[in-house]
Amino acid sequence: MTSTPATVGTRGTHPGPRGAAGTVPAAPAAPAAPARRRHRGPSASQWAAVGFAAPLLVYLVVFYAYPLWRNIDLSVHDYTIRAFVQGNAEFVGFENYAEVFSSSTFPTALVNTVLFTFVSIVFQFAAGLALAVFFRSGFRLSSTLRAMFLVPWLLPLIVSASTWSWMLNSDNGIVNSVLGAFGLEQINWLTSPDTALLSVTIANIWLGIPFNLVILYSGLQNIPGEVYEASSLDGAGPWRQFWSITFPLLRPVSLITLLLGLIYTLKVVDVIWIMTTGGPGDASTTFAIWSYREAFGTGQPDFSPAAAVGNILILIALVFGFLHLQLQRRQEAS
Amino acid sequence: MTARRPLWKTVLGVVLTALMLFPVYWLVNVSLTQTSDLRSDPPHWFPWEPTFEGYQAVFGQQLPALGTSLLVGFGCVVLTLVIAAPAGYALALLNLRGGRTLNFLLLVAQMVPAVVMAMGFYAVYNSLGLLNTVGGLIVADSTIAVPFGVLLFTAFMSGIPRELLQAARVDGAGAWRTFWSVVLPVSRNSALTVSLFAFLWAWSDFIFASTLNRNGDLVPITLGIYNYIGNNTTQWNAIMATAVVASVPAAVLLVVAQRHVAAGVTAGAVKD
Repeated sequence: MTSTPATVGTRGTHPGPRGAAGTVPAAPAAPAAPARRRHRGPSASQWAAVGFAAPLLVYLVVFYAYPLWRNIDLSVHDYTIRAFVQGNAEFVGFENYAEVFSSSTFPTALVNTVLFTFVSIVFQFAAGLALAVFFRSGFRLSSTLRAMFLVPWLLPLIVSASTWSWMLNSDNGIVNSVLGAFGLEQINWLTSPDTALLSVTIANIWLGIPFNLVILYSGLQNIPGEVYEASSLDGAGPWRQFWSITFPLLRPVSLITLLLGLIYTLKVVDVIWIMTTGGPGDASTTFAIWSYREAFGTGQPDFSPAAAVGNILILIALVFGFLHLQLQRRQEAS
Repeated sequence: MTARRPLWKTVLGVVLTALMLFPVYWLVNVSLTQTSDLRSDPPHWFPWEPTFEGYQAVFGQQLPALGTSLLVGFGCVVLTLVIAAPAGYALALLNLRGGRTLNFLLLVAQMVPAVVMAMGFYAVYNSLGLLNTVGGLIVADSTIAVPFGVLLFTAFMSGIPRELLQAARVDGAGAWRTFWSVVLPVSRNSALTVSLFAFLWAWSDFIFASTLNRNGDLVPITLGIYNYIGNNTTQWNAIMATAVVASVPAAVLLVVAQRHVAAGVTAGAVKD
């Protein structure tokens, strides 16, 4: 996050840490601005600053920019395993991209990515918001229970994904057993093309609820209690309070949460790969999974189209990323 | 809010938490189930006759993988701190030129999908002969934590009172001494938070491990579980036991350090 990270980052993954990363950052720039105006020219302190930042600058160039550049390089050449070893891949320009766009997997991956991302974040958000409002009302054990809600988020993704695989197993899974007790027929959750995407989406929603709960709960904490007191004096019930106070006041935090959720869900590989490897066929293949499968998932690595798909994915993530930065900047201004 | 605390809310809260944590319960349950009972219908809801075969298998076969994961986790923590803490100092307190741009780049860096980084690293490591090495994996895993770490350190350090730094300067401390003896000690809660997440992310990483380190002699535990699933679809109790063991450090860290994490993110450290 997914720890993400969230975070989080993260983690997930994983993702809270990821959320924190998204919400803390821009603050530091503020105190820097006036001081910068005072010192002009490269002073001794400026050299010290560069010295302290140097490891990071080197790190970003060597371990971020260079791999990303190699990735672009991969996508405009025709890299086979042999060319990879010998280093004489043929330059093909945008051919790999053209191939990706005209591939029969492309429309499926597009639809799956949209469905997976959209359904995941809508349900994560709705559940996270409902729980945040519920936990805010404060009752016996509420803080303990809220802490326990974080558990799914800190488990390694492979652990949660394999647990879900076993729970959704056609013959021996607990889910089918419970459904069977209600007289329903066996569902081949992970092996039927009709339900594979649904299954990984359900698991991913479960993984994302803690992240949404944490961020939205902290957003709720910032709404002053007096607002609620005043409105209950006016006779507003809880439902009314939610729609006329909580929801509008939580709008900025909600937007950030949704956008971060979107960016992180686009990237998801682990959960889907471990549960279905994108199958059966392409039934649960998203762009991230497609890229991973082409490069590493089969015995025949095909790096060039994989890199092309990856770069398309970066572009999509960046569009929403910039939207997120824009929103955040506007919030700081207001 | 404190006037009345309805019992039904607590009951509902417990029920919701139980539902949410059911998969975790199921993980533990299956890990303790006898192999012969794994495929029984209906499944055993409670391990009445628990077996520890699964756990014996873990400690028999997966100890090296657990060790590798620990090594990768700690390596990632050290690398992240060494890079992120000075950078945070430069950005927050030394008024680094172009700091805004750097901040922006770090935010963008966090949006790059791991699978894309994995391909780039694969190409780079392939030419450098760094595939299947623990060091290579540590560096790749750290790319998840470094931008987060810098942003967190910057946010915290810019809240450090300027008087503290001026006092150090009056006492004749240079930039390095101020960093080492004033800024770092004051920022230890942030350092703990960053370390915690750097460790957790490295420990749980699957994408980099499964791409850059898949044929290594030393595979981390996440890959250990994954290979286990591939080879061994009948012994889910052993797979789940491995998964339980793999979850332990994460759980321990967050239970033990939860207070520090909250404190690190919110409170100023000048008081202590």
